[in-house]
Amino acid sequence: MAANGVENTKQMSALIVDDDTIIQKIHKVIMTKLGFKTQVVENGKKAVDLHTSGCSFDVILMDMEMPVMNGLEATKELRAIGVEAMIVGVTARSSETEKQAFMEAGLNECIAKPLNMEKAKSLVKKLNKEDN
Amino acid sequence: MVWLWLQGYLDEQFIQLEDLQDDANPNFVEEVVTLFYGDSARLLHSIEQALESNPLDFNGLEAYMHQFKGSCSSIGARKVKSECTQFREYCNARNAEGCIRTFQQVKQEHATLRRKLETYFQALV
Repeated sequence: MAANGVENTKQMSALIVDDDTIIQKIHKVIMTKLGFKTQVVENGKKAVDLHTSGCSFDVILMDMEMPVMNGLEATKELRAIGVEAMIVGVTARSSETEKQAFMEAGLNECIAKPLNMEKAKSLVKKLNKEDN
Repeated sequence: MVWLWLQGYLDEQFIQLEDLQDDANPNFVEEVVTLFYGDSARLLHSIEQALESNPLDFNGLEAYMHQFKGSCSSIGARKVKSECTQFREYCNARNAEGCIRTFQQVKQEHATLRRKLETYFQALV
């Protein structure tokens, strides 16, 4: 609580993990418009490294297919090191088997890419519910 | 942009991109389209080279086209995306002739859309 009695609202943060520069740009703009501080990395290993170096995020948008470390492996590793952030899988793959495997790695949700404003607002709503 | 959409070249995703453009991101759509044409030139070149090998690596071709189709989806390139889907079906069926023929269609639709988008952006200036 600030000195003037008004509660400070902490800005939420989003990590965008995707090797596609178009998706990086679109997702960054959407999350920034929704008031998030954003960071972008191009593969799962960089996402894991950020967390092991002490960074934390409120939501992680995780692509499935990336070089070096894919989204499935990165999600497993993040959960294994105790990351409790909302991790949302974002994939162009439509196979239910692949999506199921991705979910089982530790996602909170899996959606088709690209994210749009409507889907993003729905995620933020869920995030706010979980926080409350 | 309505006429392009009606002619089937672009889908709802392009409208979503236009809606994201604002004073903070005044050239957002053009920047995304520029990224698309940069990425797609690279991917189409890779596919072209891969189509020259004998025998064809259908799994490799499918992987490239999956990436390219993803880029097309990101900007709402409806007709190009449709040709990508056809190409992937021929990959899955291990149909080399179908892949080669459809790839020409992919390149044609890609080039057509580029010309139409260039006209659109010039008209905005």
